Amino acid sequence: MYRILAFILVVVWTIPAFAVEPSEMLDDPVLEERARQISQKLRCLVCQNETIDESNADLARDLRVLVRERLAAGATDEEVIDYVVARYGDFVLLSPPFKPSTFLLWIFPALALAVGAGLLVYLRKQFTNAESEQNDVELTAEEVQILDGILDDSKKSSR
Amino acid sequence: MIVELGHYALVLATVLALVQTVLPWLGTQHSRPYAYLTGPVAVVQFVLIAGSFAALTYAYVTSDFSVANVASNSHSLKPDLYKWTGVWGNHEGSMLLWILILSLYAALVAIFGTNLSTTFKGMVLSVQGAVGLLFLAFTVATSNPFWRLDPAPVDGRGLNPILQDPGLAFHPPFLYAGYVGLSLTFAFAVAALIEGKVDAVWARWVRPWTLVAWAALTVGIALGSYWAYYELGWGGWWFWDPVENASLMPWLAATALLHSAIVTEKREAFKSWTVLLAIVAFGMSLIGTFLVRSGVLTSVHAFANDPERGVFILLIIVVLIGGAFWLYAARAPHLRVNSAFSTISRESALMVNNLLLAVITLTVFFGTLYPLFLDVLGGGSISVGPPYFNITFGPLAALLLLVVPLGTMLPWKRGALESAVQQLRFAGAVSLLVLVLSVVGTQHVLASIGLALAAWLVLGAVTDIGRRARFFSGSLADSMRRLTHLPRSAYGSAIAHAGLGVLVVGVTAMGAWRMESIHVLQPGEQVEFAGYTVKLENIQQTTGPNYISTRSTFSAERQGQSTIRVFPEKRLYPVQGQATTEAGIHTTLVGDLYVVLGDPQTEQAAGGWAVKLYFNPMVIYIWIGPIIMALGGLVSLSDRRLRIGVPAARRRPVRDLAAAE
Repeated sequence: MYRILAFILVVVWTIPAFAVEPSEMLDDPVLEERARQISQKLRCLVCQNETIDESNADLARDLRVLVRERLAAGATDEEVIDYVVARYGDFVLLSPPFKPSTFLLWIFPALALAVGAGLLVYLRKQFTNAESEQNDVELTAEEVQILDGILDDSKKSSR
Repeated sequence: MIVELGHYALVLATVLALVQTVLPWLGTQHSRPYAYLTGPVAVVQFVLIAGSFAALTYAYVTSDFSVANVASNSHSLKPDLYKWTGVWGNHEGSMLLWILILSLYAALVAIFGTNLSTTFKGMVLSVQGAVGLLFLAFTVATSNPFWRLDPAPVDGRGLNPILQDPGLAFHPPFLYAGYVGLSLTFAFAVAALIEGKVDAVWARWVRPWTLVAWAALTVGIALGSYWAYYELGWGGWWFWDPVENASLMPWLAATALLHSAIVTEKREAFKSWTVLLAIVAFGMSLIGTFLVRSGVLTSVHAFANDPERGVFILLIIVVLIGGAFWLYAARAPHLRVNSAFSTISRESALMVNNLLLAVITLTVFFGTLYPLFLDVLGGGSISVGPPYFNITFGPLAALLLLVVPLGTMLPWKRGALESAVQQLRFAGAVSLLVLVLSVVGTQHVLASIGLALAAWLVLGAVTDIGRRARFFSGSLADSMRRLTHLPRSAYGSAIAHAGLGVLVVGVTAMGAWRMESIHVLQPGEQVEFAGYTVKLENIQQTTGPNYISTRSTFSAERQGQSTIRVFPEKRLYPVQGQATTEAGIHTTLVGDLYVVLGDPQTEQAAGGWAVKLYFNPMVIYIWIGPIIMALGGLVSLSDRRLRIGVPAARRRPVRDLAAAE
């Protein structure tokens, strides 16, 4: 009974686990490759951080088909992406667009590197200052004597 | 009864954590009469939590469904292995594991920290106790795994099938050993700030614990990535998913800490920076915990989230990290720097290493949380996905990899760039050759840069050992003798850096030369793919212990090689009503043949099965690399200088040393 039920489940309830289905694919390999490239830049809106190219969700499938329809109708890659963004907003783009609300996001790494490097260059002066101060300290006569003693000892013992 | 004992032990451990936190503070600033008691309390606390953990494990193994946590996450038909590992396959149980590891670290310091002063050890254990107290309170109050159900259900709801996998079964313990290991360096940092003293002895204590945490985290992340690769069914290995980033951030911070602590130990420099990194590294692990468990960022891996728990964890972060930063602001300016160095020196190289690692960590942090900030500020919702991270992380990482071999060549205090470059001329020449040949051969500039960097890292590591053994200047016999006497930490560093190179090979090849093709195949039909003749032999229905499976057999032939077989499956777990795909993978050092079975094609008259074929070039190096890196960490850990307790015993007066020569 269990096996029969299970078999029915497997066959009837098609398991969504495959993302791009053969039936969705375009016949023209060049167009299909473009569709794949575009799909990898678009987010599956109902999924948890997956591209529509990787997702098994129905909505992702609809979007994949939509992308292919637009491409088949002769749209350029940009036109297809603009079309999807116009419908679903910036959220659908995995690479956020460069605009006022994302300026900070995009310039952050360069900014952080510049500020960090600047800070280090500034601190460097402190290190060199510390160095020159340290170098100015001379050994006292007493210290010289102690050191000489140690050196003599080691010479004797190594003979 | 056993479950109640476990529950009771957990509550008792919470009380002891409070005792452990408070005890070392009693008395005056100059005399802490009870500090010595902190150690035994920490050990007892560990024993109690271990007992509590054992009780929950017992409930899982015996399938006691009167325990709510077991009923929600286990099933009588679940394979035995997953009855054991299922203990931490859910939020409550994994919190218990987290606390167990936390108390284990405290107990280890209590037992082996014999050369620490009583008051300092007391302070470390007090901080560790406070961390434990907060997490114990969190677990007991919001995530208690010991609640009973009445009446008990007949059977459990089972464990999420994608978690029923050996890779994922052992991923959390490693990951937590890493996350929580950083709590100890945090405790050391805070204790040092309280005592107002950071010196070489302190750094010598911090380094081995950072190494342990770092190595565990490295293995943990690699295991998680490998699991994603074979279980999620499309052969990706890193998705820049918030949860993945949550584990990467503490790893990056710990890597920076590891390098900074070297400078603090050997040169007594970078003191306040090392302390800051220790705080930040643990802060990053807490933020990771928060991101995974609060549900503020959704992700493919999230298995337990709840907003209320999120608020609690956020409070823990504010108390611990906020408190530590406050202490840092007050005390760090008083940490004296005793050493100076010139612009070209090992110190400077490690400074650049730390700068880049810090910027990379912040970039990942910023990119992960930016959508959240923007949303809260009403700036609309955006997604920050792989394209952003690839374009920002990539160049910074490449820059970092470029400096690694140079840094290892430079001497402490003052060096010359010319001599470092001179020593690396062979490694540099070969790397350039790799770059040129690869650009000419493949026309793929980015990938060629990646391969050249990998060669640069590996050869740089070899050069480092060769230079230390004076292979290029002394006699062969002398060099061989030196080779056996090199400190283990030198080998550890070279191994880890070479492992990084190995990782880069895999990442580069996967990024550039992955092949994929989709087909509809009838049983008996074959296709040509990536030099293989791949044939769908047959498809069968089978049953496993707690699932039913559509199992296919594929054979793949390559000219002059024996036939290989892979068995991609689609599994259905009736208890959860959930399906998983098990890819058929044939791994070689050159690349993986990765076959995924899809659905039967009912729409087409001819029928047949959807099949996806991938060739993942050199993908195995993506996990071999981190394993080598972690091994390097362990080799370094076995260095007698870092072995716990040894530093004090090894100090001998100069005269003795001279006499021994």
